[in-house]
Amino acid sequence: MPDHDVLVIGAGLAGQRAALAAAQTGVSVGIISKVHPVRSHSNAAQGGINAALDVDDSWESHAFDTIKGSDYLGDQDAIEIMCREAPEELLNLEHIGVTFHRNEKGELGTRAFGGASKARTYYVADITGQAIMHTLYEQLMKHADLIDRYEEWFTTELAMDDEGTCVGAVTRNIKDGSMELFRAKSVILASGGNGQIWQPTTNALICTGDGIAMAYRAGAKLMDMEMIQYHPTTLAGKGFLITEGARGEGAHLLNAKGERFMERYAPNKMELASRDVVSRAEQTEINEGRGFPDGTVALDITVVPRKRIHEALREIVLVGRDFAGVDITREPIHIKPGNHYTMGGVKTDIWGRTDVRGLYAAGEVACVSVHGGNRLGANSLLDTLIFGRRSGEDAAKHAQGRGFDSVSRSLLADEHARVAAIVGRDRESGRRVSEIKAELGATMDGKVAVFRDEEGIQEALQVVRRLKEEAGSAYIDDRGTIFNQDVLGALELENMLAQAEATCMAALERKESRGAQFRTDFPERNDADWLKHIDVSLNGDGPEIAYSPVTITDWQPQERTY
Amino acid sequence: MAEFTIKVRRYQPEAEGETPRTAYWESFDVDLDPTLSVLDGLLQARNDLDGTLAVRCSCRAAICGSCGVKVNGQSTLACKTQLGHAAAESTRIARTEASGDIGREGEAVQRETDVESALGAESSVHDLPSSSTQRSGQTGREAEDLPGSDLSTPSSGGSGREAEHSPGSDPREAEDLPGVITVEPMGNMPVIKDLVVDMESTHWEKYRRVTPWLMPSGPPPKREYIVPPEAMVDVTQAVACIQCGACVSACLSMEADPGFIGPAALAKAYRFVGDPRDGQTTERLYDLANDPQGIYDCTHCFACIEACPKGVAPMDQIMRLRRLAGHDHDVNDVNNGRRHELAFTSIIEKKGTLDESLLLQESYAPGIKAKLMPSLASIKGLIQSVPTAIRGIRTGKMRSLPKLIPGVHHKLPGDSQEHVKRIYGRAEESRIELNLYVIGEGGDEEGMPGAEGVPAADITASAQAEEVTRS
Repeated sequence: MPDHDVLVIGAGLAGQRAALAAAQTGVSVGIISKVHPVRSHSNAAQGGINAALDVDDSWESHAFDTIKGSDYLGDQDAIEIMCREAPEELLNLEHIGVTFHRNEKGELGTRAFGGASKARTYYVADITGQAIMHTLYEQLMKHADLIDRYEEWFTTELAMDDEGTCVGAVTRNIKDGSMELFRAKSVILASGGNGQIWQPTTNALICTGDGIAMAYRAGAKLMDMEMIQYHPTTLAGKGFLITEGARGEGAHLLNAKGERFMERYAPNKMELASRDVVSRAEQTEINEGRGFPDGTVALDITVVPRKRIHEALREIVLVGRDFAGVDITREPIHIKPGNHYTMGGVKTDIWGRTDVRGLYAAGEVACVSVHGGNRLGANSLLDTLIFGRRSGEDAAKHAQGRGFDSVSRSLLADEHARVAAIVGRDRESGRRVSEIKAELGATMDGKVAVFRDEEGIQEALQVVRRLKEEAGSAYIDDRGTIFNQDVLGALELENMLAQAEATCMAALERKESRGAQFRTDFPERNDADWLKHIDVSLNGDGPEIAYSPVTITDWQPQERTY
Repeated sequence: MAEFTIKVRRYQPEAEGETPRTAYWESFDVDLDPTLSVLDGLLQARNDLDGTLAVRCSCRAAICGSCGVKVNGQSTLACKTQLGHAAAESTRIARTEASGDIGREGEAVQRETDVESALGAESSVHDLPSSSTQRSGQTGREAEDLPGSDLSTPSSGGSGREAEHSPGSDPREAEDLPGVITVEPMGNMPVIKDLVVDMESTHWEKYRRVTPWLMPSGPPPKREYIVPPEAMVDVTQAVACIQCGACVSACLSMEADPGFIGPAALAKAYRFVGDPRDGQTTERLYDLANDPQGIYDCTHCFACIEACPKGVAPMDQIMRLRRLAGHDHDVNDVNNGRRHELAFTSIIEKKGTLDESLLLQESYAPGIKAKLMPSLASIKGLIQSVPTAIRGIRTGKMRSLPKLIPGVHHKLPGDSQEHVKRIYGRAEESRIELNLYVIGEGGDEEGMPGAEGVPAADITASAQAEEVTRS
């Protein structure tokens, strides 16, 4: 049984940052990832990372932008911390080697981004997430003696003791199918979001929210599950992301008539209003017949100077060319809102602690909440690093001076049995995993997306419940142990369905529109009744709804216009 | 929507029943829009037809680097290759072979066959001389050790070695329709299952070899390091690497020498060498230049540049490392790489063409003085190079008698040698580090940073003069 003081599950930005922070205190650290760490979805974050580093800027301004962007659902104490600590974290990244863009004087340079009152987004061309993550992985290499890496190990379940404390995790070595019970004094979930529940999505195939589901089953509270961000500029069909950085560089949004329609929805910030506002604007244009026949509007990047495009938007030149057959330097590209980010997740405090003892969460898997009802662009990379670091530090502290709790080996036997049951299901007796997943994705994208209503969400919930049953008998083809991706797909499907149910219930519960949740049957924001978080937890057999208050420090909720 | 056949080279390590114990081909028919990717095709096959098909994938958008494979023999990302293009390419290859115009690939095969017959097949690197296997990466050395690496096809039924030119060994034989998309695991790395290869033992091992983290010389400044913006833009090309392994898969040098540090790791090394904040520039260059499997082990073949899906151009990064090492930091490596390069250019400058018979002596004992009083090291180096030279002669690298006699190179037609010497005479030396990542492809009016060189007018004049002489 491998023992570690701190066990990190997930090796994207948050996980790697947590591991490095914990290792620096001297505790033993293990980091597990179901894919090689550099394949984590952090590498897809293109545009940049926010920090009020400039002398003319202030963390208060950054905090206000974030709070307003969250539609006042964000917890202000957490947001203050994130914005206050951002400059130091950014400099730390630069010192370990991230190749941030520079201005003519050789200092760190910024670009404009959505929802920001001042340009404070630091970037590396349009591969910021990739650049930061690879730099963190370099540091993991440098400190290989301090941090044990378990690359391509799939975590199936958290290990809990009788008192409800998290004492480790059960994982499966993908390469040979062997299963292990890892013991740990603190476990940090950093397994990312759950975009694959919706189809199409910008998210990678690995984004199935395994950590959210495991925490849920372990008794942790999930918060703000209805807050699902649809990114304004994704390619129709496959859902590929076109970075907000394009709009930051000056690109325009046009409807089929060639109008810059954002004038009518956000006259001040125009294309750089917060994402939910822009997505709703686009969807309205499309729904009211002013979009193109393929259900899109146009993003015109040709207004940006060619040299600048090649320097700062290189990645989307390639995306446009390879996946849409469009040269973005010469013609507009068709886009539409697409599933992108989960503001909700496992509820934590400002140190990443969940309400399950020994269990932490950081990054997209967590809901602190710093993003509330809507996340600003370039705040996610920041979130992962600040709370990754804080979780790592606190988890290390929690681990110091205590011994390992005893862990029952029956947990390992249970998981063995669970996997064996899936493998042993009768072929042809049920549906294929991929069929169920496809139906889930289409249902959620159709009914729990940009615009929602009671009837639609209820229908979605019924479908999800039926699919949960069907998933119980979904068969797989691969019965082997070596690199069996089939059985992983079945485990991921279980995880996704549990989260989809929680999301539907939360969306039904919130009878107002705030941030990313827009109910056509309750189109106004209602602070009097709904300025609170919606929690979902597993009680006995079913999900249970509760509320938790929003922490307000200095910024009273106001009307939110751009 | 259209129908495509994807022929996958599979390997099931836990094969039971009727499944072959070694590698085998299996075809899947999928029905998808031609603009969707080969990965989409593989996933449809896995989702609907056979869940045992193993392929790494995640982002589907050419950013995570998981899905490195070989499509129609070309190392690339499965998610970046469109089904329609892949099918068309497969048709083109099949037609080229069928028409008897053996084309580029065919010529390569022909040369390989000539080499093998000259050497009596004693040191053949590949089991099968067909072009498909030439690109299919498993070296002769590894084939023995690993299960599943001989390409026994159902029809040939024998071990790879026997197949030679027999029709059954080629996956694109007559019975296949043109347009069948062939997908194989990446080369130069052991196969775990189907399209999943062991990257840890090869790719990541070499990555760690180049000390891939920033090593500043002192404590960090209070705020950020001040660096020239061009430096950060420059290394962004190497930072763009997503570690997919396609270049490692395609590397011909690595096929012949598995210990070669390789394109991905060396591009990563440039990322630090080119970063002004790193304090170990000279040490890194010294190390990589003197390692016999370092920067001078690259054969300059462009396969990695062709394979790279992100425009990293690994070979260019290796050449930059060479320039920095030899030219800027005066590293005269023990592999004689630097002197070899200088020998090349000085011979061409003097003779207007590469007189290969002079190459060895010039690189080990450059100039008159060194030839009159050769050092012990250069004598040793010359003697050690004799077997290579003999092999070169036997395999037809130097085809005419005059070429064998040092200094007596036959005169090239017309005035070409004089032209070349004239270019040397007129050209001004300037160093342009081309960074296509920044400039963009297809010729950008605003893009080219400070392109200098021979004034356009002179080039045109000479070209016109040439035209007149010829006609």
